[in-house]
Amino acid sequence: MPDLGLEVLWKGRNFVRLLGGLWTALRISLLAVSISIPLGMLLGMLMTRNNLVLVVLTRFYLEFIRVMPQMVLLFLVFFGTTRWFGWNLDGELSSVIVFSLWGTAEMGDLVRGALISIPAQQTESAAALGMTRPQILRHIVLPQTLRRLIPLSINLITRMIKTTSLVLMIGVVEMLKVSQQIIEANRMSSPNAAFGVYLTVFLLYFLACWPISLLSKTLEKRWS
Amino acid sequence: MDIQVLRSYFPLFQTAAGLTVRLGAEGIFLALLVGLICAAVRYWKIPVFCQIASCYIEISRNTPLLIQLFFIYYGLPKVGIRTSPEICGVAGLAFLGGGYMAEAFRSGLEAVDSVQKESAFSLGLSKNQALLHVILPQAVSVSIPAILANVIFLLKETSVFSAVSLMDLMFTAKDLIGLYYSTTESLFLLVFFYLMILLPVSLLGTWVERRLRYAGFGT
Amino acid sequence: MAAELLKIEHLQKSYDSHVVLKNLSLFVDEGEVLVVVGPSGCGKSTLLRCINALEPVQGGRILLRGRDIHENEKNLPKLRQQIGMVFQSYELFPHKNIMDNIILAPIIVQKRKREEARQEAMELLARVGLENRANDFPRQLSGGQKQRVAIVRSLIMHPELLLFDEVTAALDPEMVREVLDVLLDLARQGRTMIIVTHEMQFARAVADRVVFLDKGKIVEESAPEAFFSRPQTERARRFLDTFSFETVRKSG
Repeated sequence: MPDLGLEVLWKGRNFVRLLGGLWTALRISLLAVSISIPLGMLLGMLMTRNNLVLVVLTRFYLEFIRVMPQMVLLFLVFFGTTRWFGWNLDGELSSVIVFSLWGTAEMGDLVRGALISIPAQQTESAAALGMTRPQILRHIVLPQTLRRLIPLSINLITRMIKTTSLVLMIGVVEMLKVSQQIIEANRMSSPNAAFGVYLTVFLLYFLACWPISLLSKTLEKRWS
Repeated sequence: MDIQVLRSYFPLFQTAAGLTVRLGAEGIFLALLVGLICAAVRYWKIPVFCQIASCYIEISRNTPLLIQLFFIYYGLPKVGIRTSPEICGVAGLAFLGGGYMAEAFRSGLEAVDSVQKESAFSLGLSKNQALLHVILPQAVSVSIPAILANVIFLLKETSVFSAVSLMDLMFTAKDLIGLYYSTTESLFLLVFFYLMILLPVSLLGTWVERRLRYAGFGT
Repeated sequence: MAAELLKIEHLQKSYDSHVVLKNLSLFVDEGEVLVVVGPSGCGKSTLLRCINALEPVQGGRILLRGRDIHENEKNLPKLRQQIGMVFQSYELFPHKNIMDNIILAPIIVQKRKREEARQEAMELLARVGLENRANDFPRQLSGGQKQRVAIVRSLIMHPELLLFDEVTAALDPEMVREVLDVLLDLARQGRTMIIVTHEMQFARAVADRVVFLDKGKIVEESAPEAFFSRPQTERARRFLDTFSFETVRKSG
């Protein structure tokens, strides 16, 4: 059996350190998601208003954020704003800002889509029953919107987690960075460590994302 | 912003953008191929291959490209599989994109009502004739918006190529920022070139989606 | 005495544990128009789908000119050419225009010449009053027009037997007539047809024989006049009653 470099993981606290790196990635994504969801809802509702200025502004924000690779956004915030505004942002804070901006745009689009997907007859028939606008929102529109929205927002979490792997590139110490350090430190004793460690990182990411996508898929099926 | 600096950086970014587009196109082409094969294997429910395809799709969709690239570029050589940075980038993109493309094709195939197939059968068409003349044309046109969305997604994903020392747009920008501290000019050109690459595809996607919606496929 | 075209013997059909057709036997003579009526869920549509081998059966035989339809999977396309079927939801192919919808099967299944197929398609379209819509796409047509095209599409294959599965159920009332007129015309030409319908007036006018199906069994089978004016069973009487209304106008 060739040496696959797996034994490095069990040396000292290596595996715990790796998990610590994963936790950094998860922490950034969870923080960004919890900022994105309320802001995205607000954005989505603003986008369904018939205000031209609002429509143009929100559209521009949405399109720019969504067409740019997240790496570019990270660079703009981490290298750009620190230069232009002279403030000091560390990598982790920059990532939270970027992923929140990105998540808000994605969430906003999902909310907008869910809101306009409810047929007008639904609100009309509720109005015909004598319901007031808040009642219609509370009992008719919101429940249907949420059913569409919840699976998609859960899916957004997995996309967020996958994207956090990028923060390595602006110097945040997450799982990939930790693995590099582990591999480097054990270069002499286990030259094949890169295989085992990166495979483990690969699997850990999969284990973090897969259950969440399964949940999202199940909910989507059940509620469609 | 210094115009002189912009002018001197421009050719560097141009070369880098060329690399991004070329590797992106190659990776996307392979991703379409992989996706098509997976979709076909699952459509015909070919035993074993069908399960392998399903596993592959879950894995490729639930892991980040950057990690996939690290594994291919730094991990695989340890077991004797060595690749050049370019092949690694293209292979990674194809591995990631194949899963997404397979799902796009599948949703297209599922969108065609089974009664359409039955009505083809009742006219005497064989299974293959029904697939070729009735189901595929409809499935493809349903899949096109999702495929274009995947193309944009994959082009954006190429931005991690610099991690395997490919001199793409990100690499060039980071290099110039690090070397000469010319942050503003580098970032401006970075955004400019990504817009030049991605905006046309994005606009095409919007246009196609509108057209298909207007055509109102279905009854 | 006309020859027997279709013969069904002891047909059994179920989905998992749910039995849809129970030991059903039936025949259709050449040139005969058989109308099948019954409450929804009685198995009428399933019966047609079994005849066209769109559903596997769990027992019994369906013979077209003495040949078992379900006997050989390979022969299905060939057998199905002899049976035309029109669906409730028209099922025109949305990516092909009207002409291409009609000539697809003649060309790729029967290997006929394109020109010859086009010519016959035009003649058939003219018969249903749609000769000027040949180059339109299905989405440009009304429901009634689409259904007439669907009928033409199966006629061009020269089937010996035509199956109509509630072909007017999805149509607006004013379009029902134009489709039913086409069916009446086909009956006059002496075509063999099995029609599943909820249009009782039409059934009475077009049928040579009526079969009343309930819970997967043939409850009554008789000539149309007899069935509609003197139903023999309580179940048929109750079913027919659902189509008539008592006047509720208040006096004074």
